Amino acid sequence: MERVSGLLSWTRSRVLWLSGLFERGTARQPRIMEEKALEVYDLIRTIRDPEKPNTLEELEVVTESSVEVQEVNEEDYLVIIRFTPTVPHCSLATLIGLCLRVKLQRCLPFKHKLEIYISEGTHSTEEDINKQINDKERVAAAMENPNLREIVEQCVLEPD
Amino acid sequence: MKDSLVLLARVPAHPDSRCWFLAWNPAGTLLASCGGDRRVRIWGTEGDSWICKSVLSEGHQRTVRKVAWSPCGNYLASASFDATTCIWKKNQDDFECVTTLEGHENEVKSVAWAPSGNLLATCSRDKSVWVWEVDEEDEYECVSVLNSHTQDVKHVVWHPSQELLASASYDDTVKLYREEEDDWVCYATLEGHESTVWSLAFDPSGQRLASCSDDRTVRIWRQYLPNNEQGVACSGSDPSWKCICTLSGFHSRTIYDVAWCQLTGALATACGDDAIRVFEEDPSSDPQQPTFSLTAHLPQAHSQDVNCVAWNPKEQGLLASCSDDGEVAFWKYQRPEGI
Repeated sequence: MERVSGLLSWTRSRVLWLSGLFERGTARQPRIMEEKALEVYDLIRTIRDPEKPNTLEELEVVTESSVEVQEVNEEDYLVIIRFTPTVPHCSLATLIGLCLRVKLQRCLPFKHKLEIYISEGTHSTEEDINKQINDKERVAAAMENPNLREIVEQCVLEPD
Repeated sequence: MKDSLVLLARVPAHPDSRCWFLAWNPAGTLLASCGGDRRVRIWGTEGDSWICKSVLSEGHQRTVRKVAWSPCGNYLASASFDATTCIWKKNQDDFECVTTLEGHENEVKSVAWAPSGNLLATCSRDKSVWVWEVDEEDEYECVSVLNSHTQDVKHVVWHPSQELLASASYDDTVKLYREEEDDWVCYATLEGHESTVWSLAFDPSGQRLASCSDDRTVRIWRQYLPNNEQGVACSGSDPSWKCICTLSGFHSRTIYDVAWCQLTGALATACGDDAIRVFEEDPSSDPQQPTFSLTAHLPQAHSQDVNCVAWNPKEQGLLASCSDDGEVAFWKYQRPEGI
């Protein structure tokens, strides 16, 4: 009898979980939000490259197609950015990732979760870089480093 | 399932910054919180409300990432991104920093006190785990530096009754350590997670360990001693650890914390999708291959990532949580009927 009730309770919780999924809309394909993506792009294209006196847009580090916004839930969005660093230099790529994150954290008006990746095939250690730039603890600690912080602040500064 | 977790109170614990971690004192009367504002706050009840009883500032120059109470409840340790660990001594409502432990090369990510109260462990982005001994005169001495992990170490936790230490890392593994002939050694490595392991929790008996990860799963591991009944192979006299259960498909983003209630055995998780979940083991499941059911799921428990969940050690069903939104919330968990 115990086995049966155990199985029933397991089944019930799985059914509850599945119905919870449907309610949240994750069972269907999330809607792609193009207007929101443009809003994001508008904020990131003016970020300056850490090394060159150009914006990420000018250097084609980001383009409109770099940004994807999915509606996860009502008023809840997932923003995915794929950028192409100009040179396959590790620290520069992580620095750009940091700038992207900080700019959006501060300026994007709608509630969002953010994932940043290096476009596939553009870097030898892209998995390592992707892991670092998506680790919020590493990002937080990096921003407490005064030197790094200064560089990021210069890069995300809004043009006059 | 939303009714299984009821909100009791919400406090803006670390305004304009994130709250990273929480720890109940052993008596269950106080909750310590720490955050990006470089402060530790101590919370207690006054009637029905939670109020801030002390603020520990001037201890750290950067984010305080974790806090831990000593088993006697008279000391609080705080681990910071400034690479130090402060030891605070409690004197009624006042806390005084009595020692600052230095040595890690960069951010300290976690600190934990052994059940005996004589040992402390810290871990850092410098990839090491340090074991410290404290004597009767409150003098701290580093007795071991363990360099087993290949990356940033995110969390350390002690076994509830034995002098056994576990660590979780950015290298996707969990490692276990014990003292062997006056030296601390890593005697087991738990592999299986596909990304950073953020946190760990032992079950009340200490026979099982739960780990949570960026790979969005919780894994339950069990210790098998040499010559065990189940025929699990062990090398020499070292216990073996096997993954006996994986909870996948429940969390939609990184799981930052897992907490195993020492009173009831319920498992709570803190997730980057802003939700809190509770799981309970099915009473009829095989102990060697347990199954867990989701008994509570609260989406939007906070307005941002949930970083920590902590069960009150004395009051059944009392759960505290904190978030990137800087808030601390208190919840009453009631196992739903019929499950």
